[in-house]
Amino acid sequence: MSSSTIILYAVALGALGASFAADRNRTRMAVRKATQSFMNVLPEFVAVLGLVGLMLTFISPSMISRLLGTGSGPFGFIVASLVGSITLIPGFVAFPLAATLLNQGAGVAQVAVFVSTLMMVGFVTFPLERKYFGRRAALLRNGMAYVYSLVVALIIGAVVLW
Amino acid sequence: MSQLRRYRLFFAIVLVDLVVLVIRPDLGRTIFSHSWDVVAQMLAILPPVFLLLGLLDVWVPRETVMRFVGEGSGVRGTILSIVLGAAAAGPLYGAFPVAHTMSRKGASYFNIIVFIGAWSTLKIPMFLFELSSLGTRFAVTRWVVNVVGIIIMAALINRTLDQSDKECLARPELSAPIGGKRQGR
Repeated sequence: MSSSTIILYAVALGALGASFAADRNRTRMAVRKATQSFMNVLPEFVAVLGLVGLMLTFISPSMISRLLGTGSGPFGFIVASLVGSITLIPGFVAFPLAATLLNQGAGVAQVAVFVSTLMMVGFVTFPLERKYFGRRAALLRNGMAYVYSLVVALIIGAVVLW
Repeated sequence: MSQLRRYRLFFAIVLVDLVVLVIRPDLGRTIFSHSWDVVAQMLAILPPVFLLLGLLDVWVPRETVMRFVGEGSGVRGTILSIVLGAAAAGPLYGAFPVAHTMSRKGASYFNIIVFIGAWSTLKIPMFLFELSSLGTRFAVTRWVVNVVGIIIMAALINRTLDQSDKECLARPELSAPIGGKRQGR
């Protein structure tokens, strides 16, 4: 269990205790609201979790490094952006992986576009984002984030090499 | 019945998982172990987030949220949205329920999208880790260029979407009992 999880739980339970001491009825309402909100999005949540489980199996870190090693030209750049958009891996896996790729001679812009799309574009979480924001807003945000990731990557490539 | 229908995508995925488990038991077991990890990760963040949002909902008045991050909150509201998003921990899906509550409480759509952007890519713990793995130039450039980009994108999204698109985020059925009517606070 990570320290941020412990802090988050401690804060939430502390707030719950304080709230209960101040006003029982309000606290009961808050808890009901929390469980209802959770239950209402649970179908989308479990579907997304299932998708992530599948994705992690079929797109493993070793496969990502193979895909990102396909060349640092425009084609490799686009492949890296697509891999980053589709995958959802935590930073503590992604950054060391990206560092290894850089050391192995992968292009800076290519690694940057992978990192950027990984964080900003959510393909597997799309059902959930659509549930909350609606289809149009979710498509718009992800589309813009994708295009902007390409720009960011080219800038990083230029700055790091300069 | 309609309740079960809502889970059809989930059931379809489980079916795929089971088919893989039969054809390729090794791969199938990997899928289930990964899926379990993902569930554990979700349980590490979502229950306390929803609990805090429930408490925020009953204790923090709409006027307070509006004053800090509402339509009239100006540059300070946007900076606050960036700080809130960057201070977060956990995957982006944790930000969606927060965005819903912000919207119900009168935060401006622009600030909500800025918050989502900051959560997705400006998180401070991530930044520190990126700094040590990929170097100062890489991490700092990415962070700075993204701050600018997040604001530009939020402005574009805010301008492109019409009112009905924006109201989607605040719709009551995301937090009220399904099928029941409930007065918004």
